[in-house]
Amino acid sequence: MRVALFITCLADQFYAEAGVAAVRLLRALGVEVDFPRGQTCCGQPAFNAGHWGEARPLAGRTLQIFQEAEHVVLPSGSCASMVKNHYPELFPGSKEVLSLAERTYELSQFLVRVLGVERLGEGLKGKRVAYHHGCHALRELGVREEPLLLLRNAGAELLPWEAAEECCGFGGLFSVKLPEVSLAMADRKLATLPEAEVLTSTDAGCLLHLSGRMARKGVNLRVAPLATLLWEAYAGQG
Amino acid sequence: MQAKARLYPKEAARLLKEKPGVREAVTGATLHFERNRLRAYGEVPIGEWRERAKAVKDHVLSHLDRYLEEAERRLWENGVQVHWAEGPEEAHRVLLEIVRRRGVRRAVKAKSMLTEELGVNPLLESLGVEVLETDLGEYLIQLLGEPPSHIVGPAIHLSLEEIRRLFHGRFGTPLEASPEELAGVARRVLREAFLTADLGISGANFLVAETGTIALMENEGNIRLSTSLPKVHVAFVGIEKLLPRLQDLALFLPLTARAATGQRLSTYVSLIQGPAKAGEEGPEEVHVVLVDGGRTALLADPEAWETLRCLRCGACLNACPVYRQTGGHPYGYVYSGPIGAVLDPGLLSLEEAYPLPYASTLCGACYEACPVKIPIPRLLLTWRHRAVAEGLSPAWEGAAMRAFRKVMESPRLYRLFSRALRGLPLPQDLLPLLRAWTEGRGPVKPSPRPFHELWRELEGEGGR
Ligand code: SF4
Repeated sequence: MRVALFITCLADQFYAEAGVAAVRLLRALGVEVDFPRGQTCCGQPAFNAGHWGEARPLAGRTLQIFQEAEHVVLPSGSCASMVKNHYPELFPGSKEVLSLAERTYELSQFLVRVLGVERLGEGLKGKRVAYHHGCHALRELGVREEPLLLLRNAGAELLPWEAAEECCGFGGLFSVKLPEVSLAMADRKLATLPEAEVLTSTDAGCLLHLSGRMARKGVNLRVAPLATLLWEAYAGQG
Repeated sequence: MQAKARLYPKEAARLLKEKPGVREAVTGATLHFERNRLRAYGEVPIGEWRERAKAVKDHVLSHLDRYLEEAERRLWENGVQVHWAEGPEEAHRVLLEIVRRRGVRRAVKAKSMLTEELGVNPLLESLGVEVLETDLGEYLIQLLGEPPSHIVGPAIHLSLEEIRRLFHGRFGTPLEASPEELAGVARRVLREAFLTADLGISGANFLVAETGTIALMENEGNIRLSTSLPKVHVAFVGIEKLLPRLQDLALFLPLTARAATGQRLSTYVSLIQGPAKAGEEGPEEVHVVLVDGGRTALLADPEAWETLRCLRCGACLNACPVYRQTGGHPYGYVYSGPIGAVLDPGLLSLEEAYPLPYASTLCGACYEACPVKIPIPRLLLTWRHRAVAEGLSPAWEGAAMRAFRKVMESPRLYRLFSRALRGLPLPQDLLPLLRAWTEGRGPVKPSPRPFHELWRELEGEGGR
């Protein structure tokens, strides 16, 4: 099997190691990995802010770049949802877009639903993990159990978190258009955070926002993208 | 109500800074409602309920003219006087006539968001009529001179402390009075009002076309008193509140209660079928004012009409992590939270309500909660898209988005940008965007090298 990785701009710039982890993990599971050249951003920030005129060309580029791919895998729930759910809104009636949408997956979703992998290794044994459900992964893609299953099967102790399914307040441009509200939301999220060793999620944006807020408040906690932890589960590091 | 929706970002920031207690009170109360809703939804095949409710509403909305005529006919047959109001002025005229004709001095009101929309209280006061809100929460905010903060719980933003202080100042109750004592005081005041009022005013949860029945849900009993003790009852009904048949109430009453408060049914349900007949107790006159208030125009909007399915249950507010931080006041209009963010542009015009569609992270919790499956996130996107098309979004945003697109369209520029991000001096304090980010979240720290550079080595590793 062959997948084309879509790393997307935030992960590329801020969580490059998550991309590396995704490549190593997929290869270890016997999947051939491509990283099609020329890929940048899926267009989500512009789309969500209403600037469809700027989003459409970016979506069009992405479509072209990944047109040939057997499967497209992203280490990001919200970008995966952008391709899967919102590209068809940007290009109503386009068969190519619908076909791309069908072949696109968030990483943990791909592992469990397509590869049928539920057990990666025991590399997270005893690790106390707090999992933040990124909203788009959770409510738009329906990715709820997959990450939890993979983490749990790798020996991680998933900590109960009252606000695990609440939005962290990132929301792309929301975080700068309404910074006070965005920060208040992060604070609510963090106020209920259990005593974890690592905080993880599918989405670079959420993690950037939460880790930045923790840094401002002097909270010291490791923040790692899900892909990184899944690779650790396999490779037994950590 | 005077709309101040354009001030949302400033007002939200101000409230968070100046009244942190509001955030605490609203978060606590909404989480409580939200947990109740989830439990109540879990007890029934909620998927089917929502589907059916949505289908009934869609049906009635797509044949609204027919059902409105049917309702009007039945209402007249029931002895109810029917009035049509396109907006506040016409609604006011109806009240004016009644106040003059019946010499109304005192009115009691059952909680109704539509009467907030129409500015009924200021009108009556200007006519020299004393108006008393009889829903406890509504009464509290009336005493404070504030608008409602939540569709269902108007005083959701107040702490017990504040209510104690308010009552202490007004009625001389002790500062440590129990909630029961406070409610007792309010009850005494309101009871007197019920018995002396000449006019009772209500909204309607539903209006059944088949039978001309006004359905009202509540937990305190004040709606029942407001609509049955005074000699005249006026119900203001938004034209979208119609249901085709009486049996539809069997679905909509329990669904609304579950969505709003997690109850299986509200404590009181009043089904009003007209004025008292000879020998019965009750009002001599019942009026229904069918109000458009921008709803017909919204119905004709192919991308936004679904908003009109709304039952005003408030579930989306309770589920909304944005609403929870501030309560309803910063939204600047009667309807706040997720539904306000998509309804207000429709009722007020997008220009008036510009920032509201942006008062969301598109997290989708509202859609999950909504008993009639209003696709609020999609509607938010639609209004944002229109805002940009109409040139309402700020210039910096358009410029930033164009620059963003340019960079992301060209792998070469993207690589340059990627290097600039790591070449310390550049963007951090140059761009206001970045500053808005870093103020609350510390400096932006990219990975030492972006993935697209690391890939070259990974490719070398080859793997397979
Ligand atoms: S939009 Fe849905 S959840 Fe919100 S108030 Fe209306 S019916 Fe209730």
